[in-house]
Amino acid sequence: MAKAIREIYGEALVKYGRDNTDVVVLDADVSGSTRSALFQAVCPERFFNVGVAEANMSAMAAGFASVGKIPFVNTFATFITTIGLLSARVFGSYSGLNIKFMGAYGGLSDAYDGPSHHSIEDLAIMRSLPNFRVYVASDEKNADWLVKHAIDSKGPMYIRLSRDVFPSVYESGTTFEDGKGKVLRKGKDATIVACGLMVGFALDAANLLASDGIDVTVIDMFTIKPLDADLIVESAKTTGAVAVAEEHSVIGGLGGAVAEVLARNGVGVPVSFVGLADCHAECGAYTELLAKYGLDVQAIVAGVRETVAKKL
Amino acid sequence: MSLTAERKTYLDGLCGKFRRDVIDTLYAAQTGHPGGSLSVCEILTALYFEKARVDPSNPQKPDRDRIVLCKGHAAPMLYRVLAEKGFFPVEEMKTLRQLNTRLQGHPSIKHTPGVDLSTGPLGTGLSAALGMALGLRLSNTNAKVYAILGDGDVNEGTVWEACMSAVKFKANNLIAIYDWNKVQLDGKSADIMPQGDMAAKFSAFGWRCIPCDGHNVEALCEAIDKANAYPDDRPVIVLADTVKGKGVSFMEGQNAWHGKAIGESDHKRAVAELGGK
Repeated sequence: MAKAIREIYGEALVKYGRDNTDVVVLDADVSGSTRSALFQAVCPERFFNVGVAEANMSAMAAGFASVGKIPFVNTFATFITTIGLLSARVFGSYSGLNIKFMGAYGGLSDAYDGPSHHSIEDLAIMRSLPNFRVYVASDEKNADWLVKHAIDSKGPMYIRLSRDVFPSVYESGTTFEDGKGKVLRKGKDATIVACGLMVGFALDAANLLASDGIDVTVIDMFTIKPLDADLIVESAKTTGAVAVAEEHSVIGGLGGAVAEVLARNGVGVPVSFVGLADCHAECGAYTELLAKYGLDVQAIVAGVRETVAKKL
Repeated sequence: MSLTAERKTYLDGLCGKFRRDVIDTLYAAQTGHPGGSLSVCEILTALYFEKARVDPSNPQKPDRDRIVLCKGHAAPMLYRVLAEKGFFPVEEMKTLRQLNTRLQGHPSIKHTPGVDLSTGPLGTGLSAALGMALGLRLSNTNAKVYAILGDGDVNEGTVWEACMSAVKFKANNLIAIYDWNKVQLDGKSADIMPQGDMAAKFSAFGWRCIPCDGHNVEALCEAIDKANAYPDDRPVIVLADTVKGKGVSFMEGQNAWHGKAIGESDHKRAVAELGGK
């Protein structure tokens, strides 16, 4: 049985943070959910549960960072990027402090708790902050690497995780690079640029499309910022059509980032946006939510057909 | 340990000079916050010139004491004190709030030597100071963290979240100093957001409170010594009784002078009252 992304995260915190005494971990009374509790179990002296006080947690993290620690801030993605945002902006973005904001329960993964707990604007919010780097974990191997990367690379970061299990995309030992997307499949008819859960779905969509004679490239753009602009431009030019797939609002997230890059480079290809259509979802089973709100394999297939149909 | 008469005279002299210079700087800039700057003058002077261990020749020294001006709008006074201490030339004061300056409208660790935390948005300073204190403790230094709160600042809920957390984490290397002038931007705190019994509130959260005259450097130094001498794990707050706009009669206690530009005749009057030329 594959492990949930949150489990991988908690294990990676222990793996990479246990012996690095600069790593400190903060949580806001959801450590069992975020799995930061795994770190608490082995390094209680470097774990700080602040209670349900996300604004305080984010600002405390800034203090830790200012004296040379590497603080990991943990709570649900939507609370980090709303209540915790002031400190992310003033201490992370403006001051450049080395704070790692870990967005647990990204997208609709906290499905049954409903839209109050879903996170569908986080990428748009965090991407707009100068100096921030923004990532979305796309599978177990990638999530593990992102934790190591957060420790090794200085500067403010936002990393979106998930409550759930993601389809496995990468082999053990796969290496990743900051600002470099991963080409998982090469095709000639369209490019799917995806992140997070949508990456695995995009590969399934590509197989379905292939049986229909549509041959697509699939890119995992786990590095939302810095974005791999060269790869996007090159692939868009080669295939002539782009579909972006993300578990996020269609406004301002990966779709917005891809559209900005294409426009800036004068690449006039059709782009379809697979994501939440500027609306909130509702509560329900995760797979049912993904289907109803256009975030499943079929939605990506439809998105590719839409963009391919508009090709010149 | 009380100050020698000579030292006390010296520090009082510094405070007089800082007040006059800040008024001149704000008059020249025609922007910035006089009221809170005049209010915090003795607190900053007591810390930087007497109690805090800082080194202008090495502003990033890892085991230095940290000073967090949570009420970041009092930046002009902070900058004047830092300049006197030797972190940058006093001359640079005339660049305050101007394009390309190192002296931003609110304190910035990116720009200004000697500033330990970027502040401005209220409510986050005490939380960050707590994180510093806990981080320094993990690093086994005996450095202290001083956080200077203001009346608008304590309106913010985060301040009280930080109060709870500081007690939970036994932050005995964190000392808050409340520049308690009881006036904020829109009016008296009693009208904007009544404070009630502040000492009782902080005490109820588990903090030790030390009341003191916030315009008496010697009293502030004694309060800080007392705060540092407690043998237990409770955080301490010095409740420094102050006057917004202190030293300029027509600014004292007046919320209108929170962030108003100083006109020519007001500047003349203020300078005369502060014993300038």
